[in-house]
Amino acid sequence: MIGIIRYGAGNIFSLTAALERLGIKYGMVNSEEDFEQFDRYIIPGVGHAGAAMNKLQQTGMVEKIKSLNKPTLGICVGMQLLTEHSQEGDAAMLGIFPIQTLRFADSAQYKVPHTGWNRVNNGKENPLFKNIPAGSHFYFVHSYFIEFNEAYTLASADYSIKFSASIWKGNFFGVQFHPEKSGRFGEVLLTNFSNL
Amino acid sequence: MLAKRIIPCLDVKDGRTVKGVNFVDLRDAGDPVELAWNYSAQGADELVFLDITATHERRKTMVELVKAVARQINIPFTIGGGINEIADADALLNAGADKISVNSAAVRDPALIDELAKAFGVQFVVVAVDTRRVGNKNLVHLNGGRIATEKATFDWILEAESRGAGEILLTSMDHDGTKGGFDNSFLKQVNDTVHIPVIASGGAGSVQHFVDVFEHTNVDAALAASVFHYGEILIPDLKAILRQHHIEVREL
Repeated sequence: MIGIIRYGAGNIFSLTAALERLGIKYGMVNSEEDFEQFDRYIIPGVGHAGAAMNKLQQTGMVEKIKSLNKPTLGICVGMQLLTEHSQEGDAAMLGIFPIQTLRFADSAQYKVPHTGWNRVNNGKENPLFKNIPAGSHFYFVHSYFIEFNEAYTLASADYSIKFSASIWKGNFFGVQFHPEKSGRFGEVLLTNFSNL
Repeated sequence: MLAKRIIPCLDVKDGRTVKGVNFVDLRDAGDPVELAWNYSAQGADELVFLDITATHERRKTMVELVKAVARQINIPFTIGGGINEIADADALLNAGADKISVNSAAVRDPALIDELAKAFGVQFVVVAVDTRRVGNKNLVHLNGGRIATEKATFDWILEAESRGAGEILLTSMDHDGTKGGFDNSFLKQVNDTVHIPVIASGGAGSVQHFVDVFEHTNVDAALAASVFHYGEILIPDLKAILRQHHIEVREL
């Protein structure tokens, strides 16, 4: 069963609705004691990464999250929390991935937020993107992105530059897009995560 | 490459869709959830629900609708109509809306845009702008184009962007309902200037109009209502033709 880590950043109605549609069981993680009941975790998040990190620190769950060895998926800002640092609020993140969250340079050609459906290039063989063709579209809405990194980027996308659409390190996964809003392939990804 | 988005717009009154909807296989054409599901299955990239309910029960009705939609569909959707304060937006966010759009309330009180962006992030805030030409100028209009303001539309859009709009939904009231095509020249002027996504609205009558608006203005998305509701344009056919014109669209 998936434990959704609750720290007050954004609503999770759409995420839980998607899990219910897919018949994936979930519960809520509100404090350190709740972790035990679950065999995998999702860190959701929308909004401001610096503010999200602040809220996470207030829950007292930071050290526990860093020490997790069960499959853990960060979504959107929840993924950015896994990095070392975000330009949004110039804030230190959890530092599970030694890479950076940066802001897109906006222009009339490349509008920010990066909003809409973009192709995700999942090159590496991996269980999260099982049965998802390379180049499938996923729904993004974000102004900050995680830099591309050979070692940790699981899938990339292009928007003025190549960035990490998904990252992977051991039991930790992150997706910048919203699988709960990404049509059929988003649902496949959530199902894959529930079966890891 | 980021895909151009196709967005059907549904008008909702007292929790029911209004305007004729002519899908043969719908059990209940007035059920916004069933209609939304149908559009999402056809390949719509996003949906806009415009609430035209005028009663004080509106927020409660809308929150229930938003929850029902969020439970059923797996693409993003925006709620517009009657959002006047942070509490309205907060209730819709918690019910599963991806974005809200503000129109008249933001014109009356532009600081609302700043407040919404600060509270929920710019990605949640769509500023809908209804414009109509008066003489040689585009002026912001309210109440479905009936009431003219003194605001120049172009300046208002730039102000909305600077205050924290994450997206502009620009409807040309001169083109709306004409089925004669989008207002490509003004859309291009706006799209070339702002650094946030622009949704074109008003005037869609044929598949070629969608080709034209993307080729001539490079807007991020195009919105329409009746051509989709009456089945005059089917989204899979529309996307196939956009693809033939080398316009990037999402594949299902």
